[in-house]
Amino acid sequence: MADSHIAPLEPITAADGTPLKKKLAQALFRSKVRAVSLVVPLFAFVMVSFVIPIFALMWQGVYNERFSKYTPNLTEQLTSWDGLTEPDEALFAALVADLVVAKKERTIGRIATRVNQEYPGTRSLFTSTARKAKKLTPPFKESVIKVNKKWAKIEVWRAMKLTSQNLTPAFYATALDGRYTVDQGFVQQNENRQIYVTLFWRTFMISASVMGLCLLLGYPVAYLLATLPLRTSNLLMIMVLLPFWTSLLVRTTAWIAILQSQGVINDLLVTFGITADDSRFSLIYNMTGTIIAMTHILLPFMILPLYSVMKTIPPSYMRAARSLGATPTRAFIKVYMPQTIPGVGAGGLLVFILAIGYYITPALVGGQDGQLISNMIAYHMQKSLNWSLAAALGGILLSGVLLLYWAYDRVVGIDNMKLG
Amino acid sequence: MAQANDPFVSFKGVQKSYDGETLVVKNLNLDIAAGEFLTMLGPSGSGKTTCLMMLAGFETATHGDIELGGRPINNIPPHKRGIGMVFQNYALFPHMTVGENLAFPLNVRNMAKADVEDKVRSILDMVQMLAFIDRKPAQLSGGQQQRIALARALVFNPDLVLMDEPLGALDKQLREHMQYEIKHIHENLGVTVVYVTHDQSEALTMSNRIAVFDDGVIQQLADPVTLYEKPENSFVAQFIGENNQMLGTVQSISSGISTVKLDSGHIVRALAVNVSEVGSRTTLSVRPERCSISVRKSKEMSVLDARIEELIYLGDHIRCRMKVAGDDQFIVKVPNTSGQLGLEIGAVLQVGWQNNDCRALDFNKPI
Repeated sequence: MADSHIAPLEPITAADGTPLKKKLAQALFRSKVRAVSLVVPLFAFVMVSFVIPIFALMWQGVYNERFSKYTPNLTEQLTSWDGLTEPDEALFAALVADLVVAKKERTIGRIATRVNQEYPGTRSLFTSTARKAKKLTPPFKESVIKVNKKWAKIEVWRAMKLTSQNLTPAFYATALDGRYTVDQGFVQQNENRQIYVTLFWRTFMISASVMGLCLLLGYPVAYLLATLPLRTSNLLMIMVLLPFWTSLLVRTTAWIAILQSQGVINDLLVTFGITADDSRFSLIYNMTGTIIAMTHILLPFMILPLYSVMKTIPPSYMRAARSLGATPTRAFIKVYMPQTIPGVGAGGLLVFILAIGYYITPALVGGQDGQLISNMIAYHMQKSLNWSLAAALGGILLSGVLLLYWAYDRVVGIDNMKLG
Repeated sequence: MAQANDPFVSFKGVQKSYDGETLVVKNLNLDIAAGEFLTMLGPSGSGKTTCLMMLAGFETATHGDIELGGRPINNIPPHKRGIGMVFQNYALFPHMTVGENLAFPLNVRNMAKADVEDKVRSILDMVQMLAFIDRKPAQLSGGQQQRIALARALVFNPDLVLMDEPLGALDKQLREHMQYEIKHIHENLGVTVVYVTHDQSEALTMSNRIAVFDDGVIQQLADPVTLYEKPENSFVAQFIGENNQMLGTVQSISSGISTVKLDSGHIVRALAVNVSEVGSRTTLSVRPERCSISVRKSKEMSVLDARIEELIYLGDHIRCRMKVAGDDQFIVKVPNTSGQLGLEIGAVLQVGWQNNDCRALDFNKPI
C-alpha cells in the first residue's frame, strides 16, 4: 500500500521507449500549431494597430529629438557645456551656424517651438535672430546679444541644453506640475502654473462619483432584470440597451437640451415655482453636467455585469435565508448582496476605467471645471502639438489605471470578477 | 400512527392556482400530528411542492386556511413562521463557512455569541461534521452539504421541518444511507417533518404516513404498509411498487368478492375495493410477488394460462414476463428455489394468485 505512493526513480517511458513527456509533446504538436496559426492573424493585427502605436507614443513621452536633429553643432557644444558657467564664444558660433542652416531649411519653427515648450516666451527670440543670422559677424557672442538681449540670459541656454537631450524626464515633470532644471534637478512649478495634478485629481474624483452613482442606480435595475418574469425583464433589458443603439453624440446633446439654463428641467422648476426665473440652476457646462451625462452613458456598463452575476444566484438562497428567520431586508443584505460582489467589482472597475479616459462628453458638456485629463491630452495632441507632453500625461493615466487594477486584484481578486 | 387530539399542521380546503385558469392544488384537506413524519409523494406537477411552499410561506393559498399549532398562518411572512427547511439544492450560502451558515438562523434571532457557538458545535457533532466547521460549502461533497443543510434547518430548534426532495442530487448508495440518517434524526429529536419526494422507496423507508398526490388531489393518505398492501385506486397501485393491471367488467359482487369478466373473456375473482355496481368497468391490480406459477385452481385462487416471454435473472428471484389474458406485460417474480430453474422462454404454464391479493379498483387505462 505504502510502496505504491513512492514516485518511480526513472522517468516514465511510452511503449516505444521514448520518455512519456517527449512523446506527449510530439502528440500535441500538430494541434498546437493549428491553434497558434488560427490566432496569428488577430495577434498580428492587434500588435500592428494597437500595441506598437501605444508603445511608440509612450516612448515619445521620454524621448524627443526635434532639437538635436536640426541643431547638430549647437547640440554638440551644449553637451560639453556644464550649464553653470557663462556660455562662451564657441556656443554662440555654433548657434549662429545652426540658425543659418535652419533658416535656409525652414526648420527654425520647429526648433523654436521645441525650446518654447521648455522655456515659454522664447519662440520669437529664435525666429527673429534666425532672420538676421546670415549677416552676423564674429565675435558672435557680442553680435548675437546685440540682436536680442535675451541671449545673455543663462536660462535660455539652460533650456536649450535640456531640449538638446533626446532622452528626457522633462515632459513627465511637466505632467506632474514640476520642472526639470539643469542646476537643481526637479523643482515644483509656480503655483499659478500648476494645472495637471489638480486635473488628475478631478478626473479621479469625477470617475469615482460616476462609478458610485452608476452602482446606486444600476443595482436595483439589475436586480429587477434578474428577478422579474422573462417577458417583463426582456422589455426592461431592451430599455437598458436602447442607449447603446443611439449615437453617443446624440445622447450628449440631448442632455444639453434637458439641462441647459433654458432647458427642460429648469423650465419645469420655474413653472412649478421651485426656483425663481432669474436664479435658474446651472446644471450643464460644469462638473455637475459632466457627472450627470457620464453616469447616464456608462450606466449599462454597470448594469450588465451586475445582471449576469445576479442571474446566476438561485432564488432558493433568499428563500432559505427567510425560512431561517431573516427579515427580507436582512436576507438581502447578508445573503444576496455578498454574492453580487463579483458583479459590483467588475461593473465598478469597468465604469471607472471607461470614465477616467472619457473625452467627448466632458468636452461637450464640461465647460470649465468639468474638463478631464483626457481633454487636456487631446488639447496637447491637436492644438499645442506637444505630443511628448500628451504622451507623458497618457502614461501617468495608464499607470494610474494599472495601479488601480493591481489594488483591485489584491483586495477583491481578479478571479472574482465576472463580466458576463 | 395515532392522531393526537389536535393536529399540529392543518390544511383546510386549500386551493392554489397560478394563472387563474387551472387549479394546481384542488381542495386539500390534511392534518399532520406533532412529531409525525409525513411524506408528500407524487409525480412532478402533482402539486406536492406547491403545498410545501404554501406551508413554508413562499406561496400564498388562493383559497382555504393553513394552520400551524392551532393558529392560521396565511398572513404570517416566512421568516416569522419558525419553520426549518431543507432545499433541493441545499441552498447553503456560498460566501459563508459551514459554521457561519449554521450560526445564521441563531444570529438573526439575536442569540448570545457563546450560545451560538455551543449550538453550532453540538448540531455539527450530531451530524458528525464538526471537523468541517471552517470549510466553505463548495469544498464539501454532495452528501456533506446535505448534512449541513439538514443541520442548518434544525439548529434553531424548529417544531416543524420541511424537506423538498433533499436527496435528489445524491447517488443511490448515499441516498439510501441518508434516508436512514434522516429517519434516526427524526426519531431522536421528535420534530415534525413534512417531506416531499417523487421516489417511492424513499417515502416507504422514512415515513409514518404518506400522502400520494396526483393531479392536485391526495389520492390516498395512509401508512406505508397500508399504501402498498391496500391501494385504494389504480393510480396508487401503479405508483407505489410494481403491479399487474387487467381491465374488465364487474359481473357480480358477493360478500366483498367481485367476479370480473376480463376483456379477453376470462373470468377471475377479486377483492371489491373501489367498484360500486355490477356492470361497471374496473382495473384489477395484483402484485408480481403475490403471483405464483403452476398452481391448481381452487375456490380461493384465480388461475389463468400464461406463456413465458422473457426471463431476467436477478439473483434472489427471477423476473418472468408473460403473456396472460392477452397482455404480454404481466410480471411474475419467481423465488429462486432449486425447483424453479427449469423455466424457459416459450413455455406455457399456469399463473395464479389468491383472490384477496387481487384488488378490483377504479377503471383507469394503464400507462
